[in-house]
Amino acid sequence: MVAKDYKPCVPLSAIATSSTHGEDSPYFAGWRAYDDDPYDAINNPSGVIQMGLAENQVSFDLFEKYLEEHQEVSNLVNGVASFRENALFQDYHGLNSFRKAMTSFMEEIRGGKVKFDSNRVVLTAGATAANELLTFIIANPGDALLVPTPYYPGFDRDLRWRTGVNIIPVNCYSSNNFQITKQALEDAYAKAEKANIPVKGLLITNPSNPLGTAITRPVLKEIFNFISTKNIHLISDEIYSGSVFSSEEFTSVAEMVQERGYYDAQRVHIVYSLSKDLGLPGFRVGAIYSYNDAVVTTARRMSSFTLVSSQTQKMLSPMLSDVNFTKNYIKTNRDRLKRRYEYVVERMRECGIECLHGNAGLFCWMNLKPLLEEATMEGELKLWEMILKDLKLDISPGSSCHCTEPGWFRVCFAKMNIKTLDVALARLTSFMEKRKKT
Amino acid sequence: MMSTKAARNSHGQDSSYFLGWQEYEKNPYHPTTNPRGIIQMGLAENQLSFDLIESWLESNPDVLGLKHDGASVFRELALFQDYHGLPSFKNALAEFMAELRGNKVQFDPSNIVLTAGSTSANEILMFCLTNPGDAFLVPTPYYPGFDRDLKWRTGAEIIPIHCSSRNNFEITKGALEEACIRAQKKKLRVKGVLVTNPSNPLGTTLTQHELEILVNFISAKRIHLISDEIYSGTSFGTPEFISIAEVIKGRKDDVEDRVHIVYSLSKDLGLPGFRIGAIYSSNKAVVAAATKMSSFGLISSQTQYLLAMLLSDKHFTASYMKENKRRIKVRHDQLVEGLAGIGIRCLESNAGLFCWVDMRHLLKDKTFNGEMELWKKIVYDVGLNVSPGSSCHCTEPGWFRVCFANISTETLDLAMQRLASFVELSGPGEGPPTRSRGHKALINWVRRSALADRRTER
Repeated sequence: MVAKDYKPCVPLSAIATSSTHGEDSPYFAGWRAYDDDPYDAINNPSGVIQMGLAENQVSFDLFEKYLEEHQEVSNLVNGVASFRENALFQDYHGLNSFRKAMTSFMEEIRGGKVKFDSNRVVLTAGATAANELLTFIIANPGDALLVPTPYYPGFDRDLRWRTGVNIIPVNCYSSNNFQITKQALEDAYAKAEKANIPVKGLLITNPSNPLGTAITRPVLKEIFNFISTKNIHLISDEIYSGSVFSSEEFTSVAEMVQERGYYDAQRVHIVYSLSKDLGLPGFRVGAIYSYNDAVVTTARRMSSFTLVSSQTQKMLSPMLSDVNFTKNYIKTNRDRLKRRYEYVVERMRECGIECLHGNAGLFCWMNLKPLLEEATMEGELKLWEMILKDLKLDISPGSSCHCTEPGWFRVCFAKMNIKTLDVALARLTSFMEKRKKT
Repeated sequence: MMSTKAARNSHGQDSSYFLGWQEYEKNPYHPTTNPRGIIQMGLAENQLSFDLIESWLESNPDVLGLKHDGASVFRELALFQDYHGLPSFKNALAEFMAELRGNKVQFDPSNIVLTAGSTSANEILMFCLTNPGDAFLVPTPYYPGFDRDLKWRTGAEIIPIHCSSRNNFEITKGALEEACIRAQKKKLRVKGVLVTNPSNPLGTTLTQHELEILVNFISAKRIHLISDEIYSGTSFGTPEFISIAEVIKGRKDDVEDRVHIVYSLSKDLGLPGFRIGAIYSSNKAVVAAATKMSSFGLISSQTQYLLAMLLSDKHFTASYMKENKRRIKVRHDQLVEGLAGIGIRCLESNAGLFCWVDMRHLLKDKTFNGEMELWKKIVYDVGLNVSPGSSCHCTEPGWFRVCFANISTETLDLAMQRLASFVELSGPGEGPPTRSRGHKALINWVRRSALADRRTER
């Protein structure tokens, strides 16, 4: 079928024609550049290396080993005998065994410091759906969620597009390593009040994307006081919780809730997914954990629009319930990510580039201010374009993450193998060396 | 502390449709462990042809184990989250959809948007085509889930197109116009019409005439048409199923840009748990917007892989479709004849996993209250979960949707026996004085005369 010039014959909705899906951002443009010219060690050695996609491929071998060693279990569980029952299962409560497996895994990640009730887990097809769903539940069109900057570019779409809800940024600065402060929260709230926009919640990502840092306890305490005082919800997207380099450095909001004896827990909700920690974005496994019964009930009903394939729930259940496997996976994954991170940071330091001191995630928050021709957003975009076109590296400019200060870039390091990472680092270091000479 | 949407009951779960399911869950029939439990006839599932799929899986053991030609494809699938979908799956789906329509039309895979079930597909189309407060016209009776799927989070409204038993619930031009006028009176902008073809709950396919009326109507009003063809593979009789795609093929005007098809593998293949839905549209702007929105409900890559392999086997799909339809017809006939034996008529149907049953004569009170009273008796006293017409927004009390493809032949027989006893005891009714199992000759006589009656309908 030949594509014809599209002339709208009858208008589509405002949502369909708006650009709130956010895909015109350089964040996504970089992905497209990679898709058009992807690096391959043999077939396309001068192609674009993808460092703009926060995927975790460092620990797949652990899965593959598990699957091989557990063939019989796999065949039994994934075999034909139980196919029919599984294919019919569309209950939005999800498979009991799978919800319990998710709960067990989430507890494992938090070092056993937290107890989760599997009846409070609502499954969704990815965290993308979980965040949108929670927004639909806690906010009306025209309301706002406060979100600390810099934040994951996808939030512009996930929280705002179909919900009609606004994002009011809570501005964070490099002067204190981009930590959230009481003042920043108050400022953001005041801004919303001035504009007559009702604030319904605060959404934090912990550990942070794109910063790669876990939120500290003192900051979490401030956050809890703030949401109580303002009587708003707290959504804690803990999608990278399994990617913290050491579990002592991560405090989940679940721990805070437990320590406070579940006082005022009604306003707290956690989002999780297997896309980052386990590196399984294709299987679309997300979850909401809420301490609020009404939210759990409503979320469950709404999850009809975004259920997890029962085939996938069945496949992953045994793996996630196998505590030996998950303990070993979490530890190994953390170690490998930590080593990758340290390697990248060290190589960058050698050529004069500093990164924010991070302790989590699949990326570094890199300070390229010294490379800017002008310390403005335009200057940053120019640098981004140059790095994409000349160095053939897709890295994400801070402005696409709504960072207040130009010059910061998110650089992902967990998607490629070490050889490709070396190629990428070599391109950067050789560029830095050339620059020093001029 | 929750949004208006969350607090509203537009999710529709307080409807008798869902309440019936809940009652079944509390007391589910089982032939040995709970023989007096409630028989589920309110769930339109297709459990008739699993053995065909199972046998294919046994012959293709690699697929469930995520292997291709012996090598693991786990990693590749685990990473695949492109909202354009697995190309091999979309290609296979496009061809399958064409086969279902006797290859009278072809589908372009790049016009397909994959979604987690048709529940998601219908909602996404509404987000693309309506602003909050706009309306879609939907013929009654309709699938109860539409109240949630089309309205809940989108803020759109449904204006029913009233259809009547006087002409077998067919859609008429007059009914369409009348619905438009009602929308105008409510100051609602009509953005389109949504039809289900074959119909749920009627079990009938739209006639050529109805399809032409619809296309002319949307063309004149310059609005959209969504055709939910989720039951297209369940059509088993005459007249043959005609897809909207066939009707608009070759038109020189731009109607094609306003016609969108929804499909799913939940009914035809009986795989509701795997969440496989799709939107098909020639309108590039709709495809572009819907594709982005599908991020909120992508199909698991593991499942896309399974279906890509299954549907690419043309030998399998051809034999499956034929055998599946044959079994649906047999089961349909069993229900129809069983009901006829009790003096209960059904709307003559040629598709679907259910019959639209006329129990008007069993109402004590010819009102919707009367229908509810009868429904409660059927659920609690007779032990059958059936769906009352009011839950489907039918304008006339006394009609019920009764599903037949999710239970065994034996259970269906038992359901008929229970119903027969109930009809015999309760009166009023034109039902014959049947006495449970003994009077086969009498029952057969009644059946034969009921069949003769039905041939004169429609």
